[in-house]
Amino acid sequence: MSVGVVVFPGSNCDRDVRWALEGCLGVPTRFLWHEESDLSGLDAVVIPGGFSYGDYLRCGAIARFAPVLAAVQSFARGGGPVLGICNGFQVLTELGLLPGALTRNAKLHFLCEPTALQVLPGQCRWLQGYGAGETITLPIAHGEGRYQCDPNQLQELEQNGQIVLRYGQNPNGSMADVAGLTNAAGNVLGLMPHPERACDPVTGGIDGRRLLETVLG
Amino acid sequence: MPLYQARVLVSLRPSVLDPAGEATRAAASRLGVTGLQTLRIGKAIELQLEAPDRATALSQLEHLSDRLLANPVIEDWQLEILDPAQGQQA
Repeated sequence: MSVGVVVFPGSNCDRDVRWALEGCLGVPTRFLWHEESDLSGLDAVVIPGGFSYGDYLRCGAIARFAPVLAAVQSFARGGGPVLGICNGFQVLTELGLLPGALTRNAKLHFLCEPTALQVLPGQCRWLQGYGAGETITLPIAHGEGRYQCDPNQLQELEQNGQIVLRYGQNPNGSMADVAGLTNAAGNVLGLMPHPERACDPVTGGIDGRRLLETVLG
Repeated sequence: MPLYQARVLVSLRPSVLDPAGEATRAAASRLGVTGLQTLRIGKAIELQLEAPDRATALSQLEHLSDRLLANPVIEDWQLEILDPAQGQQA
């Protein structure tokens, strides 16, 4: 059992993800530099938060062309579990593994606070440790987290049960209170909140643990 | 090979909220400019591209605009391309 953690120039939550997995849950990790493309021996891949390539042009726009992501894309298409947190979620939408886009928070502020979320696990492999409709608290830390897609796409997501995490009190103006989305197959999850920052009791809640544990269980 | 000069204008689609534009509009009224109904912020990207002919330059720039410079989910783009002669003068 080993989890790959992608590292771009500008990633800043890669070590937090490693601590959550190794330090809190005892799961070995391997950093995947953006120029690598060997995912052999990995059971899951996490694209962590940060500001990949400085968020130049648009958040996630340049990261999309990194060699490691071509490998992650095949891994995901083959059913491998992929988790994109915050900037990782933005990258997954740019990559086309998840639909829509993340845009500037409606009130412009960078938001950094604990947020109540409703979990609707559906088919999402990462969320099977939570009850349907369960409320959990995870921290958010983003300036561009307002989920946006066209109305037909939104309807499709609703019908397929792909909106698996919703804000209790929408902090950023996201359509349909979207905080996290899964793909149709349920192996890819993108979310703006940070589950890796809610794993160590020293820093507060541990509601993020089950998310990282379940898929690896 | 001729050098084509181009500019790509990227703007948020009309249906997408532009909070930065709204904040700037509020500042405009403090400057004393009243009557401003809309203010939306986009990007202008200036490029110089070597290509064997105009059709090739156009198709490469369109591909670039659609796949990298703009995200069609939230943005529209417009391409302006100058003839090589004009480009060299500019």
